[in-house]
Amino acid sequence: MSKVLSIHNLHVAIAGKEILKGVDLTIRQGEVHALMGPNGSGKSTLSYALMGHPSYEVTEGSVTLDGRDLLALEPDERAKAGLFLAFQYPTAIPGVTVASFLRQAVTNIRHPDRKEGEDLIPMRDFRKELREQMDELGMDQEFARRYLNEGFSGGEKKRAEVLQLAMLRPAFAILDETDSGLDIDAVRVVSEGVNRFAAKHTTGILVITHYQRILNYIKPGFVHILFGGRIVENGGPELVDVLETQGYDWVREKYPEAARDEDEMEKQHAPLKQLAF
Amino acid sequence: MSSASTTTPPAAPGGFTELAFETFLRSRDEPRWLIDRRREAFTLFKAAPWPTSKDEEWRRTDIRGLKLDAFAPPGRREPDAEARAALDPLWQELSTHYATGIAQVNAEATRAADPAKLGGAIFVDLGRAVKESPELLRRFLLTEAVTPREDAFAALHAAFWTGGTLLYVPRGVKVEAPLFSLVGLARDGHVDMDHTLVVLEEGAEATLVRETSGRDRAGAPALHVGAVEIFAGRGARLRFVNIQNWDTSTWHFSRERALVGSDAALQWTVGALGSRLAKVNQEVALTGEGARAQVNGVMFTTGRQHLAYFTRQDHQAPHTTSDLLYKGGLKDRSRIVWKGMIRVEKDAQRTDAYQKDDNLVLSDAARADSIPGLEIEANDVRCTHGATAGRVDEDMIFYARSRGVSKETAIRLIVEGFFANVYDRITLEPVQETLRQAVADKLQLGAATPV
Repeated sequence: MSKVLSIHNLHVAIAGKEILKGVDLTIRQGEVHALMGPNGSGKSTLSYALMGHPSYEVTEGSVTLDGRDLLALEPDERAKAGLFLAFQYPTAIPGVTVASFLRQAVTNIRHPDRKEGEDLIPMRDFRKELREQMDELGMDQEFARRYLNEGFSGGEKKRAEVLQLAMLRPAFAILDETDSGLDIDAVRVVSEGVNRFAAKHTTGILVITHYQRILNYIKPGFVHILFGGRIVENGGPELVDVLETQGYDWVREKYPEAARDEDEMEKQHAPLKQLAF
Repeated sequence: MSSASTTTPPAAPGGFTELAFETFLRSRDEPRWLIDRRREAFTLFKAAPWPTSKDEEWRRTDIRGLKLDAFAPPGRREPDAEARAALDPLWQELSTHYATGIAQVNAEATRAADPAKLGGAIFVDLGRAVKESPELLRRFLLTEAVTPREDAFAALHAAFWTGGTLLYVPRGVKVEAPLFSLVGLARDGHVDMDHTLVVLEEGAEATLVRETSGRDRAGAPALHVGAVEIFAGRGARLRFVNIQNWDTSTWHFSRERALVGSDAALQWTVGALGSRLAKVNQEVALTGEGARAQVNGVMFTTGRQHLAYFTRQDHQAPHTTSDLLYKGGLKDRSRIVWKGMIRVEKDAQRTDAYQKDDNLVLSDAARADSIPGLEIEANDVRCTHGATAGRVDEDMIFYARSRGVSKETAIRLIVEGFFANVYDRITLEPVQETLRQAVADKLQLGAATPV
């Protein structure tokens, strides 16, 4: 049965400032969507808001996953409902190994009704599965014993995100700038991992990017342009080529109101971005 | 130390009066030399200024709530069966991890070590040591590492110490099996003044795990005034673990000092978990060339606990190394005070000293004071120090939750992870596990969600 992730008229504000101004997007399991847009158009805001980051306030609209109201759920409940976000900047958790973190996560996702303190999935089975997934991603087994994202290179972080994706088997995965900071070989390895996984589990994928590079490897069937906090264009793969050759100027001309908002957000965004780095 | 005051000392308060002292002495049947030492210490106690908030070491640690006259020196009374039984589970647990141990309940020795597992070392309660090894005690007990002159509590301890542990490892003897000592207060036990004395002669090796615990005491006030003295001779190797887990009605005061000789190595791990209020001075003195000390501290406070730990790394000889890492977690309205000092004497060239204290503050009402310090008189040294106090990072929590981990588990993982680098240094797996479990248990205490 194919599940549906449905975003309707989504408005999101940070610190009282509206960033998303009514986003509509529907993704079915097995589909690959690309969300493109210039820096500061609200792409990351959408991914954080969908996952339920406490700083992102949904002021209007709805998000459902297979009919279930995602916005009413805590972030961990959204994950259990089948949503996954591969972070643009994965957070380091010092002292917690990749393996021990993932064992907790996998247990919770596969046994959503488990109570705190109840048994984790058996160590032997977990280790075997983790080993297999790491092999598929060309990761050294030593990696499992490292502290999560601590001292990881950019490529290691993204690989660790895809490893988690593969272990958690969500119905829908958002890949937020997963290619940023990666060299072309790493983009290929990571993308192949995603493709293999998506094909096997008919995952719905939303690739968020402002480069077309990763889309050479993860081929979207649907492409959306986010501009000034709303989706202004929906199309097929040909839209990627249009953006690649023509940039966003034509979008700006075609949607003057969104362009004004975009300029406004760009101004707001600049200092925030510096902080985020 | 800086607790001395030049103003007229207020009279030492007390249930530890002249009369109580004489009664205490009569109850003990001790040799002349020891009685003389106790008298000398008692005189010092009477003369010692009682700490006030004007003393640097007591500025952040308020003991006005301590009514010393509500306590009395421990009498010679066998702990009853129920008091013994209260410590039994802990005894059993320690017995499964370590080779053999001794126990003291309500200031009386209750269990002795199995001599077959000592490989030639002496490991007895201190009362027995007075009879069997008086020459060792005359030489080492409260003479050099800790003395009654330090402050009122050291003097009080030296006058009234009861029980405790002697571990003596002769020259070249390596005690492979880890030993333990359990010191407990249970039921109607109110005062413990135990003393730990560890002497390793040249080339000797040993591991001693000490745990103090208050059990089944129904919240009655208790007082512990203790001391730890460690002598590691040339080339000796000692691992010493001291897990302080008094119940939260206990006042805990302890003076602790290790003298580490040439090429000797000490690993000293402190678990500071219990007590209502603790004031501890933990010091390592590197007295011989090439001496090394690693100090590990795991602190965790809840409720209204107040734990003040003062550490000192005294480099007195060249080519000495010390490496101190303390980590603290705080919940509720609790407070941790850590003040560290690295002191390098003029002759202690090529010293390599490190000192770090990190705290994770889990509630708005908790407070950590973390104060590193350096005093360096040599000119060819490497000394590093640092201190941090932070909160559980919201981004870490969100990241973990986005992977299906509940907020509660996320915080637990983050807290465990915070302590991981100090656990990693402790080379005794059961100690790692004990501390990990204690921190996990304390993290769950109380209804309030941390953060």
